[in-house]
Amino acid sequence: MKPLEDYLIIDFSQFLSGPSASLRLADMGARVIKIEKPGTGDICRTLYTSDLIMNGESSVFHTINRNKESFAIDFKQPEELAKLKKLLAKADVVMHNFRPGVMERIGLSYEEVQKINPNVVYASISGYGTKGAFKDLPGQDLLLQSLTALTWLTGNEGDGPVPMGLSIVDMLAGAHLAQGILAALYRKVTQNVGALVEVSMLESAFDFQFETITTFFNDGGELPVRTKTNNANAYLGAPYGIYQTKNGYMSLAIGSIPVLAELLFCDDLKQFPENKFTLRDDIKSILAAHLVTQDSEYWLNILEPADIWCANVLNYEQLFAQEGFQVLDFVQQVEMLDGYTYKTTRCPIRIDGELFTSGKGSPKLGQDNERIITEFNLC
Amino acid sequence: MRPLEGIVVLEFCQFLAGPSAGLKLADLGARVIKIERPVKGEACRQLSIKDLFVDESSLLFHTINRNKDSFAADLKNPADLELVKKLITKADIMTHNFRPGVMDKIGLAFADAIAVNPKIIYGVVSGYGEEGPWSKKPGQDLLVQSLSGLAWLSGRKSQGPVPFGLSTADIMCGNHLVQGLLAALLKRAKTDKGVLVEVSLIESVLDIQFEAITSYLNDGGKLQERGDVEGSAHAFLSAPYGVYKTQDGYLSLAMGDLMFIGELLQVDLEKYQEKHLWFEFRDEIRTLLSEGIIQKTTDHWLELLQEKGVWCAKVLNYQDLDAIDFGMPMKQTIENSEHKKIVTTRSPIQFDGEILMSRKAAPKVGEHNVIIQKEFIR
Repeated sequence: MKPLEDYLIIDFSQFLSGPSASLRLADMGARVIKIEKPGTGDICRTLYTSDLIMNGESSVFHTINRNKESFAIDFKQPEELAKLKKLLAKADVVMHNFRPGVMERIGLSYEEVQKINPNVVYASISGYGTKGAFKDLPGQDLLLQSLTALTWLTGNEGDGPVPMGLSIVDMLAGAHLAQGILAALYRKVTQNVGALVEVSMLESAFDFQFETITTFFNDGGELPVRTKTNNANAYLGAPYGIYQTKNGYMSLAIGSIPVLAELLFCDDLKQFPENKFTLRDDIKSILAAHLVTQDSEYWLNILEPADIWCANVLNYEQLFAQEGFQVLDFVQQVEMLDGYTYKTTRCPIRIDGELFTSGKGSPKLGQDNERIITEFNLC
Repeated sequence: MRPLEGIVVLEFCQFLAGPSAGLKLADLGARVIKIERPVKGEACRQLSIKDLFVDESSLLFHTINRNKDSFAADLKNPADLELVKKLITKADIMTHNFRPGVMDKIGLAFADAIAVNPKIIYGVVSGYGEEGPWSKKPGQDLLVQSLSGLAWLSGRKSQGPVPFGLSTADIMCGNHLVQGLLAALLKRAKTDKGVLVEVSLIESVLDIQFEAITSYLNDGGKLQERGDVEGSAHAFLSAPYGVYKTQDGYLSLAMGDLMFIGELLQVDLEKYQEKHLWFEFRDEIRTLLSEGIIQKTTDHWLELLQEKGVWCAKVLNYQDLDAIDFGMPMKQTIENSEHKKIVTTRSPIQFDGEILMSRKAAPKVGEHNVIIQKEFIR
């Protein structure tokens, strides 16, 4: 039994942040109906500039929107809006990621939806909150990474700003929205009240950096300094980083430098009897010069038995060949209504030993209109 | 009223992934009690960034464990274990991130917990799941990033693997644990039975790569390549996506109509009118754009581009960020039992229009033993 069975979620959101939240809720058993604009639908179907098109639409759309239904409706037309409201009246959750003010203009603000559904959980993601000078700016991942200083943590000191290479802020905001919605649903179950849940990409990006921002608040306002080479965390000492070896790369997390000097037969490291933070650049450059002389396996075979925290650095091809990956059973195949199948990942959470897989692919725009209209009597 | 008021969470977790989940639950209204070994307490208390300590515990520990109580117990001591079991009978949720087998030895495995509290929700964080050759490996963030393929997404192609500069696997896993535990509360509301929730660092860091992995799976096993010019920001996205150096700082450009952006920046992109070229020649195009962008200041470009609706932003650092008024408080002050104050971040989730603040700092080891015994055990 999936925990969210019998819950109905009406999702107006587009792109990644909101839809990643509703995907999680769908995988945990909720029924998710995407509300889309006729003709174009979720902009992610087409506009998201990806290199790969699958079955006529972007691979990204298929990844994020499997296990959902699509209801295409032009809710700017009053009679269509009236139909949509009949559907919203039945929803447990209504969610969107429009910019502040858009749902209000449509006539679907929290207050309006509450009138037809008093115990609704109404959830939204904005870029920068609903007040303040930034509220109308586009809430796009790279822009949020740039604005919230996240770009000064990855890469090496001389690199300038280095963004994290996936839409991490979108995903964090989606994860936080799902949390807020689930907490609100729990309160709805126990107390029979609705809730307004609001998340912004800005607050989510702050939360992601809670350790480093709190350090900044309490260390006299010093900016993070990445190491000159092999950086993996601006705030950690050597050896923390990824190192090139003769045949690839390996990562080294934490280990005492004198112990490493012994194990790796690295005489040059012996000049560092203590693991001094201020000397981390020197330590790293000596380690880098030494580790490149042998294969990754050679080093890992020495370090792993000695309980030094280290690992191989894999790409997807190498990862997929590993037994450690295969036992996770992380890939599933899904099928769209037209028979098109594709492979994708599954929900990362297990409950009572159950993997939340679902064979249902992403919906074609408006594919569920007829059924939804009949089922909810929306004529 | 906060949504999780009345929920009691026993946190046996250490370090970041599990405790960050406990923090989220605490801010949502749950009462989170850390179960710690006497005297020394959780290992993270001694783990510091820049040697910053608040009291006997590091600032890092305080950041992750504010708004919680502490109950000190030696789980190897039968009398203490009995007390903890009594606490479990009163708890809704317990979480741990010990390596597979440890809780079985202590006698607090899921089956043991269910035996004393049939309605307990039992959350487990592991590095790599309970099975397979990786299950015994240390579940450490950088190692998990390295194994998961994540290191090939950031930076430039010629740089080799570039890890994410924050403990991303830990933090995402903590977020997924919160989702799982909250879903379990809903399941329990229907079944009236205990629930086992399992997450792992590796699955969490694979989940955030769902787009990249899905592309790999459906594109004939093609490995994505990052761009190789400075400011490359995403292996799958076309020009202009990336960071650019200006006369006095840096500017980010997200996706947009390249021809229009070229016009505004007065860069000749005539050769690249067809959209598919924006991906294929992204490095060449981005180099041309850089040559234009570096001529003027960030504010000059921002004003010009934002007015035309182009998706762009200034690259800020923490000092710049701290000076901005976002129309809502972005930080809060917490206070420990010695009245020492610390400024930190806050919950990212607003509920019923309220920002979920809390003044309560992280506890001292065993700070709440007496109160908790009185309240729950007697």
